[in-house]
Amino acid sequence: MTMGVQPWRAIFRREFRAYFATPLAAVFLVVFLFLAGIFTFSLGGLYERGQADLRPFFDFAPWLLLFLAPAVSMRLWAEERRLGTIEVLTTLPLPLWQAVLGKFLAAWAFSVVAIALTVPLWMTVSWLGDPDQGMIVAGYVATALMAGLFLALGGVVSALTKNQVIAFVVTVVACFLLMVSGFPVVLDFLRGWAVPGVVDAVASLSILTHFTSLTRGVLDLRDIAYFIVGMSALVYSTAFLIDWKKSA
Amino acid sequence: MAPLLHAANLTKRFGAIEAVRGVTLEVAAGEVVGFLGPNGAGKTTTMRMITGFLEPTEGQVTLGGFSLDEAPIQAKRSFGYLPEGAPAYPDMSVLDYLQFIGQVRGLAGQTLHDRVAAVISQVHLERVEQQTIETLSKGFKRRVGIAQAILHDPPILIMDEPTDGLDPNQKHEVRQLIRSMGSTKAIVLSTHILEEVEAVCTRVILIAAGRIVFDGRPQEFEARAPASVQRNRMDHVFREMTAAGSEVQS
Repeated sequence: MTMGVQPWRAIFRREFRAYFATPLAAVFLVVFLFLAGIFTFSLGGLYERGQADLRPFFDFAPWLLLFLAPAVSMRLWAEERRLGTIEVLTTLPLPLWQAVLGKFLAAWAFSVVAIALTVPLWMTVSWLGDPDQGMIVAGYVATALMAGLFLALGGVVSALTKNQVIAFVVTVVACFLLMVSGFPVVLDFLRGWAVPGVVDAVASLSILTHFTSLTRGVLDLRDIAYFIVGMSALVYSTAFLIDWKKSA
Repeated sequence: MAPLLHAANLTKRFGAIEAVRGVTLEVAAGEVVGFLGPNGAGKTTTMRMITGFLEPTEGQVTLGGFSLDEAPIQAKRSFGYLPEGAPAYPDMSVLDYLQFIGQVRGLAGQTLHDRVAAVISQVHLERVEQQTIETLSKGFKRRVGIAQAILHDPPILIMDEPTDGLDPNQKHEVRQLIRSMGSTKAIVLSTHILEEVEAVCTRVILIAAGRIVFDGRPQEFEARAPASVQRNRMDHVFREMTAAGSEVQS
């Protein structure tokens, strides 16, 4: 007998294809690229700045992902529950973490495809001038990592509901909080009464702090670890919550 | 013969509601158990606990000699399951879906190909194998669910209302399929169609208000009706044994 693939890979393939089986993929990719273009050229003033780099794109990428990543992650588990297919999936002989991992990776891969489709922007600035290529690579890595963390967070939320709209809205809010926790307005508010340790802890949780330091072109291991650890913890939590719901 | 399926003292509480109360059952190979009961009596909840979709509040399940608690993967390999409503991914074609299920079950290559082809012919899906599941009629959807459950030729088969939504011809076919598998497998199917029990089952388990109120052969079940009852004798027994207050939870 031929050895089969690991179950998570079968799940990954199915999920990745599922994005393209519906108009969702087309709508998502068009909207993402359209907004990425607007942000970079019009709002970001790519031409006016007189500098050939992708700074405007990476400055706006977190805000773009804030809405688009939840749109990708909302269906992950909510749809399984609504369709009832979760009953088939969780009674198949595979460890739950493999199902969770396969789904998460599919959502991430789909988002990476969307991000990769902005490469023409990169080609444009490279043609117009002589950008720091290392910085652009770092920017893309940071954007992909941020998408992954948002999607992992969205997976947790999606595991808790069968309503995709609720999953979307709650994920947007959760991602927003994760972003603004490093903003001066939040930190100043905390500084008024919290001990410095708490302020630092909240600041270090902020996805923007780590994202920005990566996009400056410094591939600091601590920043990368923040994303990897965050994703792992959230993927694990998703599996834990689905398992916990069995006995609820 | 050692039972393939063993469930001991299964109890499920949802908050204050006790949906299933101490259900114990053993099913051996060659048995086709008709799991009967009014809607809301706890049939689906019991099946969900046996298949590991729900965790019992109390009780244990052993499938094919493996504890669902301690060796869930091995236990889950030993059965096929058709959940209530035969859920399947609507965006996939019948062929893709069955291949996907086979891959997750660890089948590959020629074995996968052969098994998918075998179940497609067993439940007569040839005509629609390229169609996406969302375009299928209720009867075909149900058959896709059955195909998925028997894909790996499991020793245990658990089916929640396998003939629901089928027309009389399709019902007849599915019953024949179940009968043909019944000689070698341990099969549990839920239904509230009593003629189905007469047609395919070797044993009846009646559940009411979360408890087993009858467990025996269909003939014994029927014999519970008084001699004065001439027609629909099983219906009579069913009504007698499940009357009043059986609705616990839907």
